[in-house]
Amino acid sequence: MTDWTRASALEMSAALRAGTVTSVELVQAHLDRIAGVDGAVHAFLHVNTEDALAVAASVDADRAAGVDLPLLAGVPIAIKDILVTKGMPTTAGSKILEGWMPPYDATVTSKIRQARMPILGKTNMDEFAMGSSTEHSAYGPTHNPWDLDRIPGGSGGGSAASLAAWEAPLAIGSDTGGSIRQPAAVTGTVGVKPTYGGVSRYGAIALASSLDQLGPCARTVADTAALHEVMGGHDVMDATSLDQPVPSCLDAARDGATNGLKGVRVGVVKELGGDGYQAGVKQRFEEALDHLRAAGAEIVEVSCPSFVYAMGAYYVILPSEASSNLAKFDSVRFGLRVERDTIEQTMGATRAEGFGDEVKRRLVLGTYALSAGYRDAYYGSAQKVRTLIQRDFVAAFEKADVLVSPTTPTTPFKLGERVDDPVAMYLNDIATIPANLAGIPGMSLPSGVAPEDGLPVGFQILAPAHEDARLYRIGAALEKALVAEWGGSLASMAPELEVTR
Amino acid sequence: MSAATHLVGYDDAMAAFDPVFGIEVHVELNTKTKMFCGCENTFGNEPNTQVCPVCLGLPGSMPVTNEKAVESAIRLGLALGCSIRESSRFARKNYFYPDLAKDYQISQYDEPTCYEGELEVVLDDGTVVMIGIERAHMEEDAGKNTHVGGTGGIQGASHSLVDYNRGGVPLVEIVTKPIEGMGERTAEVARAYVATIRDIVRALGISDGRMEQGRLRADVNLSLRAKAAPGEDQSAVPFGKRSETKNVNSLRAVERSIHYEAGRQAALLLAGEPVVQETRHWHEDTSSTTPGRSKEEAEDYRYFPEPDLLPVEPSREWVEQLRASIPEHPAKMRARLREEWGFSDLEMRDAVAADALTLIADTVAAGAAPQAARKWWMGELARTANEQDVELPELAVTPADIAQLQGLVDEGKINDKLARQVLEGVLAGEGSPADVVASRGLEVVSDDSALEAAVDEALAAQPDVLDKIREGKVQAAGAIVGAVMKATRGQADAGRVRAIILARAGVEG
Repeated sequence: MTDWTRASALEMSAALRAGTVTSVELVQAHLDRIAGVDGAVHAFLHVNTEDALAVAASVDADRAAGVDLPLLAGVPIAIKDILVTKGMPTTAGSKILEGWMPPYDATVTSKIRQARMPILGKTNMDEFAMGSSTEHSAYGPTHNPWDLDRIPGGSGGGSAASLAAWEAPLAIGSDTGGSIRQPAAVTGTVGVKPTYGGVSRYGAIALASSLDQLGPCARTVADTAALHEVMGGHDVMDATSLDQPVPSCLDAARDGATNGLKGVRVGVVKELGGDGYQAGVKQRFEEALDHLRAAGAEIVEVSCPSFVYAMGAYYVILPSEASSNLAKFDSVRFGLRVERDTIEQTMGATRAEGFGDEVKRRLVLGTYALSAGYRDAYYGSAQKVRTLIQRDFVAAFEKADVLVSPTTPTTPFKLGERVDDPVAMYLNDIATIPANLAGIPGMSLPSGVAPEDGLPVGFQILAPAHEDARLYRIGAALEKALVAEWGGSLASMAPELEVTR
Repeated sequence: MSAATHLVGYDDAMAAFDPVFGIEVHVELNTKTKMFCGCENTFGNEPNTQVCPVCLGLPGSMPVTNEKAVESAIRLGLALGCSIRESSRFARKNYFYPDLAKDYQISQYDEPTCYEGELEVVLDDGTVVMIGIERAHMEEDAGKNTHVGGTGGIQGASHSLVDYNRGGVPLVEIVTKPIEGMGERTAEVARAYVATIRDIVRALGISDGRMEQGRLRADVNLSLRAKAAPGEDQSAVPFGKRSETKNVNSLRAVERSIHYEAGRQAALLLAGEPVVQETRHWHEDTSSTTPGRSKEEAEDYRYFPEPDLLPVEPSREWVEQLRASIPEHPAKMRARLREEWGFSDLEMRDAVAADALTLIADTVAAGAAPQAARKWWMGELARTANEQDVELPELAVTPADIAQLQGLVDEGKINDKLARQVLEGVLAGEGSPADVVASRGLEVVSDDSALEAAVDEALAAQPDVLDKIREGKVQAAGAIVGAVMKATRGQADAGRVRAIILARAGVEG
């Protein structure tokens, strides 16, 4: 009997069309897998059993009746708990939203429902997406399926781990400074942050509005492309949403896998490598470059001198916007309420009890950075750095069609190792943050495991704004070469998890 | 307790000090939907029924700018003589308050859409004052707190209720530059300025400007400074500390709040005590102000550009199109109409006060003579409105109806008395004046043969009348006129009846 959890989303789609499997069978297989391994992995905060099976049954019925269905109809998906889902609890990993039942669907949630995809559940994350390890979730950390003692990345560690643990074939993430790409890198999966505005943010609980972007997560480049096409597109409810057609991601992936990369200029960013990058990470990166060369690409070196300021600017802009975005958690209309004598005291007590330490740290930082007398020095300067970084990218993209780097400087570290050292934790995102500051699209895909620790290494591709399709073309070409070399997907090489029931 | 417990009279205060004032006016726009969401912008609904995830500030929701509100704001800015910024931004004004759903207000800060304007204000005696406008910016209104128990204030309340229906209603805030040199006319100028803003928003059709319902609200800043010594330049004397009186919600209150604050501040200064820079609340019942919540330090709103919204970038073509649609300045329009219509100052003022100007203008445009139009609206119709306790424009009669009615009178088809009956029919929904004349059969009887028959009948009943007339007692004809009017149910032309009687008597009329 086929273990359908090991298939790709597109394989599942094909099998559903061919009638070799039903959506109910697919959903049940994944629910069983979740029941079997999620006690150890803790990728899910909420499992949506009944609704997922009901959607699956309705898809099966429609298919039997000959109804024309969308490509991914019947293929299950996991959704990061940052996206509001009507009738399904949504916490953003925070105690302050414990038990909140949203009265409305995010635009992307609606699109998933319209695509007739059964939603398996909501995945764990660092509280309000602040973190790189899921250790800042109010509901306990997610464990990396490659090594349960290690972090699955963050903030979208739950979505990435659900893929690596075969609990879901597809997942939705959000990426403010690397929260899709860094978890993808450390779990041996694929994740894409689209161009800012390419996917509607309406209904995604805001961390930093000018940086946040929802994106697709999967185990293969083509699956990620298929999900990207479902999620993307203009939305009148999001004023920053791009009024452009959804990029042809799947076609680009097929093109890359079939036709190679002749004439493509790949720029290696000098500043995103070297000192501070683990030896095995560098080694796998160099090997990936060799594969790209072999596929016909030209490798050039580019320099982005302002990237050195990216981390500093990011940790001013993000907390500033977050300090305002998270003000609404005031006990008045929803979520936790810790009653005191006056409304001011009630608001204070609710926030003191409802927010975790990392959230408080960033809210204090942001409140300070925006306060009178400091705003220009902090927020103002950070915006200037942002402009410089955008200029660096413009210059670099004159020399190269895409830019590449390791996604993270290291393979996943141990749970607890950096939780008390915020700066060390922040450094994990050094290579992913510039893309958010510039609004450009980026992908992380597996480039093997580091020889020294056997843990996954991610390869990052960045493209100019609106050129998301390039990520899929280059990514698919590289994936094809690597999978051929490995004799299977990297995910399939992870140690088997113990299944308990 | 302050030594300065007695107020100084307004005139004395103005004689002793040089006043400087400024006004912030908030105008609630009458767009169909709210500023950043699709909820209906209506008034007086059940609490929390005009709300959605956006104006409730639910997690994940995002604002989208109402283009119609931007249009209204730009038109208002143009009417105030402002420049319109090619690119302006919304900003977040951050503060925690239960009626503020997101705990920040989307407003405009360093890049208001409309800036640097100048407005002509005409005082009652015709004096023209120029008021500098610093900016007119867009923002969203907050919800409304109701404190239950205690005295209705937040202190001592057992609990508070919040209604978010008003949350997200579009506002334009108009801020003046400091207004100096008005001396004892300060209160009058302030009132006239707010009245002019009200007239402008009504003429633009962007708000009903009803202060009593909070659609137009004024915050009045006032400070007093020492008078310049002879030969010294008054503008070189630094401003005094100001108070800001919040939510002054009638024209009369604008004037009276300045009277009160001037007296209060003068008393403090004359007693050698400092004026505290603070916000104060206006109390309509006592015509006085009390201090707002004392602030240890100025509130820090941590403004920053709203990242969820794109800049407002109106094309120059659009702005010019809007500029072409700006109505005439209300004061200038009044002067022009007064001239054209030949109204006295008093007639004009009464018409303005009754909100009848547009109605009269429309009636004139529909063909009536200005004085006739004025008499209808300020006479019979004003009485009717008063009886029904409604505003003139709410009456079930149009300027075109009135013009038609007057036309029927002018043509001699109906007389004044009948015209009132016709109007009654129109107000009762019986159709146009012509319809009512036809359906009620109210046309004046001017057919001489019918009138002659009626006269002869009446004369037959009172045979001595003709002799009396011939003896020179012409007034005796009145009895016959009365009898004929009665017989024709008032539809006879009294003048014609009289002429027939005189002819029967063989005397000249």
